[in-house]
Amino acid sequence: MMEFLAQGGYAFYVWSCYGMGAVLLAAEIVALRKRRRTILSRLGRLKRMRDAEVNE
Amino acid sequence: MKRHWFHFAAPSTFYHLAGRLTPWFLGLALVTGVVALYWGFFETPDRLGGSNPQKEYYRIIFVHVASAWMSMWLYIVVAAWSAIGLVFNTRLSYMMAISVAPTGALFTFLALFTGSFWGKPSWGTWWDWDPRLTSELVLFFLYVGYLALHSAIDDARRADRAAALLAIVGLVTVPIIFWSINCPDPNQCAALHQRSSMSDIDGNILFGMLGLTFAFWMYSFATSFMRVRSIILERETDTAWVAEVIDREAPR
Amino acid sequence: MFRTFMVIVRRDVTLAMRRRTDVLTTLFFFVIVASLFPLGIGSEREMLRFLGPGVVWVAALLASMLALERLFASDYADGTLEQMLLTPQPLSILVLGKVFAHWLLTGLPLVLIAPLIGLQYHLEGTSLAVMAAALLVGTPVLSLIGAIGAALTLGLRGGGILLSLLVLPLYIPVLVYGSGAVTVSAIDVADVQPFMALLGAFLILALAFSPLATAAALRISLE
Repeated sequence: MMEFLAQGGYAFYVWSCYGMGAVLLAAEIVALRKRRRTILSRLGRLKRMRDAEVNE
Repeated sequence: MKRHWFHFAAPSTFYHLAGRLTPWFLGLALVTGVVALYWGFFETPDRLGGSNPQKEYYRIIFVHVASAWMSMWLYIVVAAWSAIGLVFNTRLSYMMAISVAPTGALFTFLALFTGSFWGKPSWGTWWDWDPRLTSELVLFFLYVGYLALHSAIDDARRADRAAALLAIVGLVTVPIIFWSINCPDPNQCAALHQRSSMSDIDGNILFGMLGLTFAFWMYSFATSFMRVRSIILERETDTAWVAEVIDREAPR
Repeated sequence: MFRTFMVIVRRDVTLAMRRRTDVLTTLFFFVIVASLFPLGIGSEREMLRFLGPGVVWVAALLASMLALERLFASDYADGTLEQMLLTPQPLSILVLGKVFAHWLLTGLPLVLIAPLIGLQYHLEGTSLAVMAAALLVGTPVLSLIGAIGAALTLGLRGGGILLSLLVLPLYIPVLVYGSGAVTVSAIDVADVQPFMALLGAFLILALAFSPLATAAALRISLE
């Protein structure tokens, strides 16, 4: 296990790479989820406003 | 047959299809990624000898090569959707092109980052203007230019079509650009970057590379679908089916 | 079609000559940029001779790119461009005319001045001749490729910077082989030939495809 983590002394390089990869991929998914939520809530608000107007 | 072909070209039908498929792609990406990396780390020798000796850091190859391949493939995908959009004038094609590009740019950046971090322990320098990394850098500029052009234009239709044209022009010039970087002196095209042919690579390493590439493909499908769904919602706001979606899914 | 071409060329050149400063600013930008490098990196003779080809080419690229904004800007502003889209003449010919006029006014001066800049960088006679020849073939390619970018970014805010971002990566092959030609000429002039052949090939390709792409881009931007 320790050998795996140490990667022959090159742990910094190897884990920086995979770490950056994991961070970027995860961040993209999170950002996309957030974007969807923001759009839906904005559209939802707009729709409710418009529906309220129509019903007045 | 024609009806089926263009059935999913409508944003309304594609939206739901993409939504159902996304979790599967994400799951597949995760599983194949883990398997490929496990294989790459545990079923391969710790050090490589031969004409180009590499120490443990060579394991970066899996993520570096996979992301570099993805960066190039995804650019082709962007250009393909752009061409389809320009030829058939289908809105969804343009939306797909725009959705794929950010993921492509991300992989390009990752390829550069991992390439740099591989270069430091193996060549001794963070950056070396070698043809492959330089080509990757130029590809990054092409992605950024594409995304910048699209976001600089307010009118969606003009933005889509301008970016599409740029993508195609880019694709046509990419071979020329890469070739000029790889072969700056036509009198003697020296191979500046050690090229090991695919057949020489240890089978397990190859499996790791291809496996992670496949995982990245699945991931790219997932992110593109997620992105295109958001774009569809934004653009098709005034339709009845989007109204239904909003009613169902908008947070109160 | 040739008459249409000449009409456009004559018109653009006449218009530009009325505002000569535009033409001269591109030229002076080129000279100034080329002069900045020795100030920035030192003026040791051998180093300048080594860097000269690349520096002159980069300066030419930047100057050429800055001038691109003016290619379509004034015609776009006063509506002439829209009229051009409506004429029965093929838009590609009109575009080719405009690009050629643009090159005469911004590219050709660079070709003529470059040997002087080359002298500042201690380049020898044959290298200077090769530099002029390479720029002569290369700068039209820059104008042709740049025209596509200029057409795509018509009327956008931040257009100039965006244009550079789009167009500079596409300039790379011309830069690599153009400066390569000059570098190699210092060693053995015979080696220059493949470089010039490649530049010539780029010119032919650009002449064949760029007007079409630019015309398409204009249609997209003006609809």
